[in-house]
Amino acid sequence: METGSGHDTGTTGTDSGEPVWIALPPGLLRLRRLMLVVWLGLLTLAAALVPGLLAGPGWAAFAVLPLALMGWGWVLLERNWRSWRYAERADDLLISRGVLWRQETVVPYGRMQLVEVTSGPVERHFGLASVQLHTAAAATDATIPGLDPAEAERLRDRLTELGEARSAGL
Amino acid sequence: MTAPGVHEDVRGRRPAGERRLHPVTPLRRAWAPVAVLIGWALHDPDQAQRQLTRLTPATLLIGLAVLLPAAALYGFLTWWFTHFAVTDSELRIRTGLLFRRTAHIRLERIQAIDVTQPLLARVAGVAKLKLDVIGTDKKDELAFLGADEARALRAELLARAAGFAPETAHEVGEAPSRQMLRVPPGVLAVALVLTGATWGWLVVAAVALPLLWTATHSLWTVLAAAVPLLGAAGASSVGRFVTEYDWTVGESPDGLRIDHGLLDRAHETVPPGRVQTVRVVEPLLWRRRGWVRVELDVAGSSNSLLLPVAPREIAESVVARVLPGVSVPPREALVRPPRRARWCVPLWWRGYGLAVTDAVFAARHGLLRRSLALVPHAKVQSVRLVQGPWQRARGVADVHVDTGANKSVTARLRDAGEAADLLRAQAERSRTSRRDARPDRWMA
Repeated sequence: METGSGHDTGTTGTDSGEPVWIALPPGLLRLRRLMLVVWLGLLTLAAALVPGLLAGPGWAAFAVLPLALMGWGWVLLERNWRSWRYAERADDLLISRGVLWRQETVVPYGRMQLVEVTSGPVERHFGLASVQLHTAAAATDATIPGLDPAEAERLRDRLTELGEARSAGL
Repeated sequence: MTAPGVHEDVRGRRPAGERRLHPVTPLRRAWAPVAVLIGWALHDPDQAQRQLTRLTPATLLIGLAVLLPAAALYGFLTWWFTHFAVTDSELRIRTGLLFRRTAHIRLERIQAIDVTQPLLARVAGVAKLKLDVIGTDKKDELAFLGADEARALRAELLARAAGFAPETAHEVGEAPSRQMLRVPPGVLAVALVLTGATWGWLVVAAVALPLLWTATHSLWTVLAAAVPLLGAAGASSVGRFVTEYDWTVGESPDGLRIDHGLLDRAHETVPPGRVQTVRVVEPLLWRRRGWVRVELDVAGSSNSLLLPVAPREIAESVVARVLPGVSVPPREALVRPPRRARWCVPLWWRGYGLAVTDAVFAARHGLLRRSLALVPHAKVQSVRLVQGPWQRARGVADVHVDTGANKSVTARLRDAGEAADLLRAQAERSRTSRRDARPDRWMA
């Protein structure tokens, strides 16, 4: 499977019109699917046991609902994960995401005030980290989730370096 | 000579250049314990009433004898422990009795300076001075200073922020100001009468109050509903008249000057290059007279009005001064969304419009109350393209442009291909126009 580290960072400096898109590594999809299975699995169990024991075995069919939801979510999560991608261009960062509600954000490096790398306990267990960019505008919603920690740190360092070189005020 | 208006109570043991606020200040602070008491009484009226009935003249006297000196002492101590100093690059405010707090405000980051004089402060001859920097709050205002001292301090801060040499900064004095526009009270009054909000509240009151009376026949219920309704109507008419009275916009090398107010006077200064967005608003009832209102966004500033009412041509000339090199695009230059956008936003899609010139991104919205927002390319923080499923089916998309004043300007329902081009082109335009933007220190 293609991962974020597939592209050499050296090629991103050339701004030849078409941006070089980088997809997310599969770790995020695995994490989200595991979460889905754990929570909906518990729900399925509850939906099968409670009516099954209280009202008769026929009522255990309620468990089909969360099960169907799980199957649907399984597909949906992959589509959502596939939709996330980002590109480092010469002067700005592009982030594109969303399946139904598509959103594409352009953040010029010179406008970045702060670059944050965060990683929660579950994310750390799966070896994932998110990079978040802040500009002076709070509406700027530029987060890249589920990156490989090494890639996240490389991105952070590169963004900070580029931000310093092209810094501009408000 | 030291900085103008320094009071002699600057003690030698303090770091050089530190000053205290005006000696009137403790009186303002003395209100705090009383306010706490009133707040408690309002919060828990039953308890307060029970306590009140138990009060005898003796306990009342003792209470006053304790409370008043305590309040006076509190006011005095907070005043005593509040210092400020102007250094080469910062305004430092040191305050706090138990919890010490030191604010260092970088002068080149100033977005605006406000000098305000509430009615009582005008009587006492004092003023508040506040620096608008991103992240400052109410605690960072200097209240109160002598009125002349506040003006002198504002001139000094602006001179330092502009990049004059530190030694000469407090001798530069106030930059000369040239009046650009003054709103006559009559025009303001007519404009406010023609504003929908007041009439809206009055209509709601006229409908709701008789209904309430027939339903409950309780005077108190009707009063409880009438007071906020009429209060809102009053605030949007009389209240606005009082704040927007004698609105004067001037121009000086230090930037834009806005003075206004009937009872409370406010004087704002917005240095050059600080305006993030300008909006030209045209309410329905003003259209026949050709009047517009102009609002502006400055990062970190709460004020957002540039002109309460002005004829369109004059307003456009003021906008051209505020955003150098920008002209308000005429109505014909604004391109409407494609016709198929009517399936996304029926009827109101006609109100949307977009024009992009060399200097500015201009997006209009609203059918009855038209509002045209102008963002200079150099002020764009990020650009976003958003497309929902329904919009994708119609082949349209929204383009959001985010500015540093935490506002977004949206070009809605553009053709999908056009929106994608716009996203790329806008990022490029903001980058190139940022390169030749003016420096933070505008005189340097």
